[in-house]
Amino acid sequence: MAKQEHEIGWKELNVGCVIDEPGNAACYRTGDWRSQRPVYNKDRCIRCGTCYIFCPDMAIKALEDGYIEHDLYYCKGCGICAQECPADAIAMVDEEE
Amino acid sequence: MSAKTTILTLPEEELVHPGHRACAGCGLSILYRFGLKALGRDTILVVPPSCLTVLQGLYPIAATQLPCLNVTFASTAAAATGIIAALKVRGKEDITVAAWAGDGGTSDIGIQALSGACERGDNFIFICYDNEAYMNTGVQRSGTTPQGVITTTTPIHGKPQQKKDMPAIMAAHTISYVATGSAAYPLDVYDKIKKAKTIEGPKYIHLHTPCPPGWGFDTRYTVKVGRLAVETGLFDLYEIEHGVFRLTGASKKLLGKERKPVAAYFETQTRFRALTRARISAIQRQVDEKWAGYEA
Repeated sequence: MAKQEHEIGWKELNVGCVIDEPGNAACYRTGDWRSQRPVYNKDRCIRCGTCYIFCPDMAIKALEDGYIEHDLYYCKGCGICAQECPADAIAMVDEEE
Repeated sequence: MSAKTTILTLPEEELVHPGHRACAGCGLSILYRFGLKALGRDTILVVPPSCLTVLQGLYPIAATQLPCLNVTFASTAAAATGIIAALKVRGKEDITVAAWAGDGGTSDIGIQALSGACERGDNFIFICYDNEAYMNTGVQRSGTTPQGVITTTTPIHGKPQQKKDMPAIMAAHTISYVATGSAAYPLDVYDKIKKAKTIEGPKYIHLHTPCPPGWGFDTRYTVKVGRLAVETGLFDLYEIEHGVFRLTGASKKLLGKERKPVAAYFETQTRFRALTRARISAIQRQVDEKWAGYEA
């Protein structure tokens, strides 16, 4: 996995600062930006996929059976999934310490 | 036109990775994800300084799987021209070249290079995501900021000038394809970019992109605000294919129906707090006139 910028010395830089590891943002945890956490109620879910479409962080995984799972490693807690869910199957709750 | 894409026919492969550094609730990341799905793997991206550069990651992080050239603000379309020329020499003409810039990089700083590339007829797609100000440097007004909007450089009475109608400027270049889209309708954007890929010559796509910190609304309302802009008739979804204009998707459905009042859109965002009642009625009249033209 890629090193963070503070771990890299100038001797390790590529010519032209080319990044030769595409998609290495996947190692970057954005889940710790979150102040609210989504709570998913599978019983209410109608498997429409609206949350999967609108999640700006690709943090909603569509499962084989059509239900979904939040990936809290990446979820920034914006709440779009809860707002747009037509069946009110997702609620946002405050993160605790 | 081919059948509309639905969630069931959308390709599953993600070319943007999670862990990107856009703000929570960013409209651009929705668009970027669907845009890259539509562009596909055989694409070279050109990106000037913009929120997109931040989204993709600060060095040495990259959120995208595609080769991406970060260029100076004014040279986006010129760099795309250079890549097309280089691909031609290498005999690789089946690769799509897409430039993806913000509203500042398109309508203010990048317009000269873009206008030149369109006049030359270079075969590339230019995508402008319009969040209506210079967002990543701290919400300074741009050419596409609507009239009356509070930004950090128009802090008291809002921006005095009108919003620049960028898609109309591009349509005046008589290029083969001009389209608009919104982050609230990502599947519509997907279909339009797919279509643009099949057309020869310069293509321009203008995307309305709600920005929670810049526009002043809660992160959860990104899609709602984007949808309201379309439902009130302020931002229209259309395409101009070889000079033929037609409304598409949600805007087409509004024809002959009653639209929501524009005040419903303004109320959702703090950036419109300087608008007076008289100003709002004037904007409502402008929108009504525009739609009377569509319906005629």
